[in-house]
Amino acid sequence: MLSYLVFALITAGIYGILALSLNLIWGAAGMVNLGLVGFFAVGAYASALLTTLTGMPIWLGLICSMAVGALVGVAATSATLRLRGDYLAIVTLGFAEVVRLVALNERWLTKGADGISGIPRPFAGLLNPAQFQIFYMVLVLAIMIVAFLLLRRIDRSPFGRVLKAIREDQELASFAGKRIVRFKMIAFALSAALAGLAGGLYAHFQSYISPDHFQSLLTIYIFLAVTAGGVGRPAGAVLGAFLVVGFLEGARFIAHIIPGISAVQAASVREMMVGLALILILQFRAQGVLPEQRLPAPKR
Amino acid sequence: MIPLIQAILNGIMAGSLLAIPAMGLTAMFAVLRYANFSIGALATIGAFAAWYANTVFGWSEIPALIAAFVVAALVGMLVEQLALKRLRPAGALTVAIASIAASVLLENVVRFIFGNDLRAFDTPLVRDWFFWGLRVGPQQLQNVIIAVVIMALVFGFLSLTRYGKAMRAVADNPDLARIYRMDPQKIAMATVALGTGLAGVGGMLLGLDSAIEPMTGSRLLLPIFAAAVLGGLGSIPGALLGALIIGVGEEISLLFMPATYRSAIGFVVILLVLSMRPQGILGERR
Repeated sequence: MLSYLVFALITAGIYGILALSLNLIWGAAGMVNLGLVGFFAVGAYASALLTTLTGMPIWLGLICSMAVGALVGVAATSATLRLRGDYLAIVTLGFAEVVRLVALNERWLTKGADGISGIPRPFAGLLNPAQFQIFYMVLVLAIMIVAFLLLRRIDRSPFGRVLKAIREDQELASFAGKRIVRFKMIAFALSAALAGLAGGLYAHFQSYISPDHFQSLLTIYIFLAVTAGGVGRPAGAVLGAFLVVGFLEGARFIAHIIPGISAVQAASVREMMVGLALILILQFRAQGVLPEQRLPAPKR
Repeated sequence: MIPLIQAILNGIMAGSLLAIPAMGLTAMFAVLRYANFSIGALATIGAFAAWYANTVFGWSEIPALIAAFVVAALVGMLVEQLALKRLRPAGALTVAIASIAASVLLENVVRFIFGNDLRAFDTPLVRDWFFWGLRVGPQQLQNVIIAVVIMALVFGFLSLTRYGKAMRAVADNPDLARIYRMDPQKIAMATVALGTGLAGVGGMLLGLDSAIEPMTGSRLLLPIFAAAVLGGLGSIPGALLGALIIGVGEEISLLFMPATYRSAIGFVVILLVLSMRPQGILGERR
């Protein structure tokens, strides 16, 4: 039971980092990243490959997973950052699909569907499995808190205000002399780096990754988290991630106690509840549990 | 030379099937101004409705096709009415996200009822025809003919009927259309019915070639969007042209790339188009 709880908290921490990533790009800047899971996967594979193939230390692998995430993110989306929002949505969706195809097909690099195993765990020699889980929970939650403080800082900084200005009225922000595309690109790079970091953390926790781990449904979970917690507010994103993990575990429980349904049906009930929850929240409480704080306009 | 001509031929056949849902997507975008990501799931629903009619009721292709259109259109209107309509004031991206949530819901309803197994239509096996070293399947050819007839019907509907003309008017200038007492709600629903119905038909036609399962439509999402973006989002002839180019591009890619990367062509095309000609070949509606 305890190890189950610890496992859920590690998952929630990783989802929390992903939710902070999505909140920066969607909540603050109004850009939609439907390929979040693609950046998560890129980060996971980057750190997994670097640490297993070159013997790089884990902390450096995690930094590389951020760098690779950011680079790939900007490269894949730069064509769309100056265009209307729907295009970014379509391109990021396609990006995640391409990442999945590459992971599945480039066996020389990713071992295809077999996946990469033996990804090093930090202090594996010193800790027994139970101790490792608790250590990793503390590590993930600490990183999530650092990311949260950083993003809250950004949210309240002039940079964050420019992003919100772009979200509200791009033409006006441009008219005010802000270089829109540059701001968008930096925000996207930061967001992709965070998603990559979450992927790296996931890889070193699981110690095994394969394309199966990176289903597009994860992107939906994170959208649900950010929407439920409060779009545009980092605290909301983190809270939302914990709510979603609780919701998913609860849904798993409910799906299991419905009598007379198969395992496939139980899984589909769980996913149905996720889709339905997202629609209902968008309809009835789009501002989330912790609504965005809007500062009053400065008095003259 | 023969493999290239064969690839182009296959591409035109595949593209004409892709054109049907792409036209549906682009029509909805032109009138409603949001990207409806649920068309993948609605293509699956159309395919399963047709499969059910075909294998359980023993309906032949044309009645099954009508079942695909009607069921997908009804579900599409239901989704619009219950989930998306109220979100329109919150902006196009919010509606798009809700449409993704709706497609997760719909796909899992299909999975709940039918399971994950592959299901094939009950169609007679026919030998392929060969001429000048080229190979054409009678089933494929029949699908292409059906697709062309559907396209003709869509063009006829848009240019000859009251509703069709009203849709084009709303797409061109919603304010002006309102002055002429066109009810935007009714026209929006008619467009959703047309667009999602076409997605359902496309799902069936593309499923006839192989087999269907709950994720069939999601896999089509990328090439469908690629076709619509390439032609110019919101342009119906553009969607047709875009679909043919994507179809041919995918088949030609098979000559020098592993078949598994076929669906990545859509992504590459979208990136190229958006960086060079963001309005698409035939221009986007603004």
